Amino acid sequence: MRGGMRLRFGFLLGLLASLADISHAMAQAGPHDRPPHQVWSFEGPLGRFDLSAVQRGYAVYAQVCSACHGMKAMTYGDLAAMGLTMEQVSRIAATQQVPGGVDAQGDPVTRAATPADHFRDPFANPEAAAAANNGVAPPDQSRLALVYPGGPDRIYAVLTGYREPPAAYRPSHAGAVYNPYASGREIAMPPPLRDGQVVYTDGTPATAAQEARDVTTFLAWVAQPHLEARHRLGMQVVLYLLFLAVLVLLLKRRVWSDVH
Amino acid sequence: MTDAGSRDMPDEREKTGVGAWLDARLPVVSAFRREYVDYQTPRNLNGLWNFGAILTVVLLVMLATGIFLAINYTPTAAGAFASVEAIERQVPSGWLLRSIHVTGASMFLAALYIHLFRGLYYGSYKAPREMLWLSGLVLLAMVMFTAFAGYVLPWGQMSYWGADVAGKAVDAIPGVGPWLEHFLQGADAPGDVSLHRFFILHMVLAFAVLGVVGVHVAALHVTGSNNPLGIEPTGPRDTVPFHPYYTSKDALGLVLFALLFAVVVFFLPNVVFEAENFRPANPLHTPADIEPEWYFLPFYGILQSVPSKFGGLLASVGAILVLFLVPWLDRSPIRSARFRPFYRVCMGLLVVCFILLGFVGRHHAQGGWMIAGRVAVVYYFAHFLVLLPLSARTERGIVLPDGIADAGRRGA
Repeated sequence: MRGGMRLRFGFLLGLLASLADISHAMAQAGPHDRPPHQVWSFEGPLGRFDLSAVQRGYAVYAQVCSACHGMKAMTYGDLAAMGLTMEQVSRIAATQQVPGGVDAQGDPVTRAATPADHFRDPFANPEAAAAANNGVAPPDQSRLALVYPGGPDRIYAVLTGYREPPAAYRPSHAGAVYNPYASGREIAMPPPLRDGQVVYTDGTPATAAQEARDVTTFLAWVAQPHLEARHRLGMQVVLYLLFLAVLVLLLKRRVWSDVH
Repeated sequence: MTDAGSRDMPDEREKTGVGAWLDARLPVVSAFRREYVDYQTPRNLNGLWNFGAILTVVLLVMLATGIFLAINYTPTAAGAFASVEAIERQVPSGWLLRSIHVTGASMFLAALYIHLFRGLYYGSYKAPREMLWLSGLVLLAMVMFTAFAGYVLPWGQMSYWGADVAGKAVDAIPGVGPWLEHFLQGADAPGDVSLHRFFILHMVLAFAVLGVVGVHVAALHVTGSNNPLGIEPTGPRDTVPFHPYYTSKDALGLVLFALLFAVVVFFLPNVVFEAENFRPANPLHTPADIEPEWYFLPFYGILQSVPSKFGGLLASVGAILVLFLVPWLDRSPIRSARFRPFYRVCMGLLVVCFILLGFVGRHHAQGGWMIAGRVAVVYYFAHFLVLLPLSARTERGIVLPDGIADAGRRGA
């Protein structure tokens, strides 16, 4: 009987161990320096986003990143969730021109975007994107903070990690620059951020480090837009189930009291 | 068998009213009372017997969430990934439904493996429960196909390359392989046609699973539950009515399972969501590390441990097929491993080998994992084909308890 218990326990433990092992499966292609860990408000089981940082990060994305990087999965309406009103979202959308079908002559026309439209892709197709960027298409950023090995820490490290290359460094292709945190310590993206490049409306000094931090927060928010709702609902559900578990345990013990 | 008497005892309260009217024409009320209220159940079932109820509830949750996902899903190579992103971002509560569905798949397979282990360990496959065992194995196979087809649908990198690896494995079958691969995929590589077929397959199989669960439960209610002692109840002292005893116990198991489920859905989604699958499928770019979901890893480990491709396929399919023979491979009259010291050790090793094969699959059977994988494959089949038939010979002079109630008293 006790042996059976041990077996059962071992079996469950083995299942859990294989689950945990899988969650750490992250292939990291090419050698690079280990990105230093940053403190993010959205880390951990109770993490939440600092929405003012997300909004500043959107400013960085809109004024800098969006020139080359798409964010296909997002609609302008999704931006409302970072604390904007629908009027503000509509105004942001209206600044963008998207394909608007064809006119009476059958020629393609564009129109101002609405909140229901997806973010405009900076390039017509991946080939055009690659051709305009030394043969390397800039990755879509909808889920970048999730799929980029190393996550937000490494995105921040790459954005702030450009420096003088060691003497032995030779670019492997045109346009490649040295960056110790990129895969193979080399990246096709030239340094995107510098001090004062972005205009922050909330008066935060726009240093390159601040811009990097904000845009990383924005990318993490875009990759997991429901993180905060998930954590909040999760707390409620878990507390409810714990309470229910106690009640059901008492019920079960009472029902079984005349058997054992 | 256990409740022949209850059929002939009409409940006084039900003689009038809508219930009685309905029951005279379609005896759902009395059938429910007979099978889920008065139903006599061994009094000594342990926590492992909760997993049948848990599996039923998870299946219903999968169907409920799956229907809403299907409504918003586009089964085309061009539209699938974007439609799943729209479910995650723009459909109200879509992220929650999808997270429950994805977590549910892992939880379902985990519960299924525990349920299967329970059946093997306590000899629940032996006479008169062979049909119960066989219908359960059919369910296992159907659930695996459903899970695989479902994993392809989001059309991320892992979806695409998982389908590609499976297609290549089918292709390795001599003779019919290429034809069968083409039949499943509709082309030489996964694409529009395969996605459409997998979508239909996923939906049809999901509801077929529900039907076979009906058969499985019907078979259970013919023979009644086995129990940890593996001896049949000898009288009313050995059993308790299903309600309120096992309804309350199942409720506790369900709430605890739901707690674990909720923790994964709300706080540890990375455990079930593969990050690589958030990249859209790209037929031109093979991911560095193609691996199936954790619940297929032991079979992937077998596939990769065997030197020949077709041999590996045979072995991993055979690992499931051999389970169908278990009721006839096991000659011992004793059901529960509790009274079978040799078999109990063998079962422990089998569990170790199964988990080990999962790790072998994760490491693509490279280096030392290859040797470990081959040892585990040999043990897996030796367990069923050699040790299980021989184990009966080691069991002489074993005295089983006279009844469940007496055994319980003696143990306490």
